[in-house]
Amino acid sequence: MPEEKKLMKGNEAIAEAALRAGCRAYFGYPITPQSEIPAYMARHMLDRGRVFIQAESETAAINMVYGAASTGARAMTSSSSPGVSLKQEGISYLCGADLPCVVINVQRSGPGLGGISPGQGDYFQSTRGGGHGDYYHLVLAPKSVQEAADLTYEAFALADKWRMPVMVLADGLIGQMMEGVVLPAELEISRLPVKPWAVGGQAASGRANNHVTSINLVPDELEAKVRERYRRYDEIRDAETRHEEINVEEADLILVGYGTSSRVAQGAMDLARAEGLKLGLFRPITLWPFPEARLAELAAKGKKFLVVEMSMGQMVEDVRLAADGKAEVHFFGRCGGNIPNEDEVLAAAKDVLAGRSTPFGRRPRGKR
Amino acid sequence: MAFKGRVEIDRERCKGCLLCVRACPTKVLAVSDTANSWGYYPAVQVAEDKCIACGNCYVVCPDVAITVYKLEGGSNA
Amino acid sequence: MEAIYKHPKSLVPVQTKYCPGCGHGVIHRIISELIDEMGLQGRSIITNPVGCSIWADLYFDFDSVQPPHGRTPAAATGIKRMLPDHLVICYQGDGDLAAIGTAEIIHAANRGEKFTTIFVNNAIYGMTGGQMAPTTLIGQKAATAPDGRDAEGEAGMGFPIKVCELLATLGGTKYLARGSVNNAVNARKTKGYIKKALEAQMRGEGFSLVEVLSACPTNWSMKPMESVEWLEQNMIPFYPLGEIKNTLAEVSK
Repeated sequence: MPEEKKLMKGNEAIAEAALRAGCRAYFGYPITPQSEIPAYMARHMLDRGRVFIQAESETAAINMVYGAASTGARAMTSSSSPGVSLKQEGISYLCGADLPCVVINVQRSGPGLGGISPGQGDYFQSTRGGGHGDYYHLVLAPKSVQEAADLTYEAFALADKWRMPVMVLADGLIGQMMEGVVLPAELEISRLPVKPWAVGGQAASGRANNHVTSINLVPDELEAKVRERYRRYDEIRDAETRHEEINVEEADLILVGYGTSSRVAQGAMDLARAEGLKLGLFRPITLWPFPEARLAELAAKGKKFLVVEMSMGQMVEDVRLAADGKAEVHFFGRCGGNIPNEDEVLAAAKDVLAGRSTPFGRRPRGKR
Repeated sequence: MAFKGRVEIDRERCKGCLLCVRACPTKVLAVSDTANSWGYYPAVQVAEDKCIACGNCYVVCPDVAITVYKLEGGSNA
Repeated sequence: MEAIYKHPKSLVPVQTKYCPGCGHGVIHRIISELIDEMGLQGRSIITNPVGCSIWADLYFDFDSVQPPHGRTPAAATGIKRMLPDHLVICYQGDGDLAAIGTAEIIHAANRGEKFTTIFVNNAIYGMTGGQMAPTTLIGQKAATAPDGRDAEGEAGMGFPIKVCELLATLGGTKYLARGSVNNAVNARKTKGYIKKALEAQMRGEGFSLVEVLSACPTNWSMKPMESVEWLEQNMIPFYPLGEIKNTLAEVSK
């Protein structure tokens, strides 16, 4: 029987989707604009036989996830930008120990304490491996409450499949707004596959010891392990890269944005069409792996790009890399908690089409 | 009435810390004058007849290099 | 002829990387003996910290999880909450527990988490080469306190921390004891404390912690025999041995 559509706040939809995906452990800490997630988990996890702890810090929370994940349980934490900075060490360790988990970042503006309004300034932190060492992890970017629920639900399966943290990179707008959502069906936890590498249950299975660790002091061995992990990253790039594209083939200028920026860009594209301007939209859904191959194809066809972000320009660098000098890449951004509106994005697009805009990388950064 | 005992020290496991020599109440143990393959001078049993199988040497040994045996039907009383 | 003291089954029979005279070896053996006696080898998990006992996973013959520095109690929380019927041992040194991990141990203790912490206090940082620890004694020399720990003077290094006494104020703590492995008598008593703590854990009681004073001959710049004397004369007067707190249910006492 299909579930009926409910009106839900983004943060709560994320939390409920996690519960339905079989999340057995949630550890979190309050921080605006995602405090509804720990509050929802506090209300709903114990009744459903799961574990909820409000940890003493975001650092402690990610390390509780590390412990729970090592036993094979589906575990999650959530935070917003400054708290996600605190988790970077833990994320590096989770990647170095090949442990699955889900991390939700409901971005706010920064740097430092910044503001509580939405931002997209954590793109670098998320996609460049924000902690120390060579690693990446999947980063999924929803644009709506529905997609936030769907991607959170799927994140657990992806994490288990590829043995890595999967980050859902939302922003304060998505976390706070209310939209209609059809929630996915609840998974039976006991039917989830057993993880042979996990600790616990040794007596029952009679297996050899499992040691969850990331240390190796022998350079050749550590290098071999890291290279093997990067071969897995190559497989992930082939299997999991996702994006959405609208009107790109006939467009002269393609707007590129993710999350909330993509919705604003889509609005600008619709306004432009009404004026007879051919704009397209390219929306990365996996920020890592980044959908560079398709962007490179479009660049080779002579398209121009206008990247729209709620930051001073982070994803735009990946678009430039993908374009590889074959296309002009322009940028429009707001930050500080400001969300761009369709009119200003349309105006920026017109500047590009009229040759009034300097491509990103050649223009002064402080100029709006 | 005390037991009679003897100890076996694994020469290659011993790191020559000599805490067992210090712990032995009846002076059964002393430092060897030949090094093991690691360069450590291990502890050795030098007075087996004095061993009362108290286990103190085993209890203080950080390397669990010592096995303590209780001998049948004897006492050191 | 009967072997009455022999190598425990759940301890791997290899030479350890620990220095000659290091207390870790004795403490590892005590824990393994208890796990053998309680029949828990197939149901035990140890979290090995950053510090000399990073190597503990080589020596305990059961599952292990190695967390970031200081986060050991947080990881142990995650493990024990997912596997409440397993024996979970949170093994830490003085840097891991009382410096970088101060928040994690206080809050795990305060929540009454059901794992057992073994806190190895040797008043110095071992693995990284002898720097001052939160438990370094006043006047004791260290690589980062070359003239000796100066609590309130110009250097302002602060005072040594008595962890058991600090944690005793928290409602969630049920059993806190301090032992030592500097001689046979103390090592035997320490086994008694750890046994009580592990048995309490398996009965579902917590938070339990046993602090164990240990020598560090290398970083104290002493021979092993000297180091255990130094421990007895200097550490024990400051860090009193015994059960600091025992509010276990009557049957466990």
